[in-house]
Amino acid sequence: MEVHRLRLLFLTLALASVLPGCAWFGRGGDAAPEAVAAPQAQTGPSSEQPIIDPQIERREIRRAQIDTEDFEVGLYGGILSIEDFESHAVYGARFAYHLTEDFFLEATAGQSRAGRTSYETLSGAAEILTDSERDYTYYALSAGWNALPGEVFIGKNRAYNSAFYLVAGIGSTRFAGDDAFTVSGGFGYRILPSDWIAVHFDVRDHVYDTDLLGKKKIVNNLEAHLGLSIFF
Amino acid sequence: MPRLLRLLILPVLFLAAVAQADEALPKILIADPFIELHTGPGRGYPIFHVAERGQEVEIVKRRTDWFMVRTSRGVEGWVMREQMIATLEPTGEPLDLQEPARENYMSRRWQGGVMAGDYSGASLISAFGGYAFSDNLSIELTVNHILGEFSNGYSATLGLMHVFVPEWRVSPYFTLGTGVLHVEPKSTLVQAEDRTDQIGYVGGGVQFYLTRRFMLRSEYRKDIIFTSRDDNEEVDEWKYIGFAFFF
Repeated sequence: MEVHRLRLLFLTLALASVLPGCAWFGRGGDAAPEAVAAPQAQTGPSSEQPIIDPQIERREIRRAQIDTEDFEVGLYGGILSIEDFESHAVYGARFAYHLTEDFFLEATAGQSRAGRTSYETLSGAAEILTDSERDYTYYALSAGWNALPGEVFIGKNRAYNSAFYLVAGIGSTRFAGDDAFTVSGGFGYRILPSDWIAVHFDVRDHVYDTDLLGKKKIVNNLEAHLGLSIFF
Repeated sequence: MPRLLRLLILPVLFLAAVAQADEALPKILIADPFIELHTGPGRGYPIFHVAERGQEVEIVKRRTDWFMVRTSRGVEGWVMREQMIATLEPTGEPLDLQEPARENYMSRRWQGGVMAGDYSGASLISAFGGYAFSDNLSIELTVNHILGEFSNGYSATLGLMHVFVPEWRVSPYFTLGTGVLHVEPKSTLVQAEDRTDQIGYVGGGVQFYLTRRFMLRSEYRKDIIFTSRDDNEEVDEWKYIGFAFFF
């Protein structure tokens, strides 16, 4: 009996509070919620006016407003020694994503051109590869570790941030008309003349299997390059 | 060749210009007794300056977990994230530096990554990108580079990926789709003929949430190659390990 009376009281109260609300909606249609909200917004600041100046510009920092510079893009040029096929200039592009202060991911793509083997030079006429087959291109997807971060000092008043890093990755090499699965690794040194520019010196070894000269063997192609990149 | 070089240089110059563009920088109020300014964005760089409580500093930029700030006197230095969390916005509210966490995987829209593995004895390098249209279901585009001893190939597939329980740290998924496979036998082989065939696949995998927006992923697919010959070919596609991130 007690429960029943309480329920009745509750329902009456609920109706009393909901019904006027329904009336509000009926009057204003879509504009009604704004009409309800507006008086509240006005009464708020006016009652606190002596304490807080209502003219204060409200500026909220959202993460998107902060300029995040975790990506790095750049170009490089250097020399690539192609096993059995002389050394030639190499140039390429680098894209990196810095995950933490210690680790980064890197994608590189480069291009070079092979020379002649000593056999070709000595025999005079015999050509092992056609002209287009001497084009050498590669790409590598690597992970890097900033093993020795630090600063370099030039003179008394200049200090630049730097890092010695190790890199290892996988990719593909297109040479002599074929693609070869390539494992690459090496080290690099990066100096930042400014907060958003980096100068790199890198040494890489590209390792893959080939049977180009008749017998299957592992090839080591060493590369050294200088690069410039920017953070964005 | 020069055209390629120009194409590469142009975006770099453009990005350099963007990087230099100076806008009104967001300001914060220091709430801790002081914050420490390092000379570089790393834990080992020496602290050369401190900014005290009540001072207003500008946030110039962010790199990984480090923020470059500029004090009212023009001193610029790097502050670690843990100290930045204790700062206030000019309105007096704590600075919102919520990092993406495992819970945010549910509200992800885009996901991408690279994987490495084995395609019927050949080496496999794979890149993928996906768009999630519900907590569990996403559509995924995968591009494979297959590097074998006797032939090389590319494949591109489009499929659906269903993550059974996305809130788990180690989370299995199911995938199903179709695509094309292009195979080029090596030039040292005599009977060389390129082939392009349609493929269908069914597979499954596991993703392991690492930290922030990063995950590891491992996947197996059973591919059926619809060849122009009498019999279809079945191939095991293993992607042993991969790295993925979501936005």
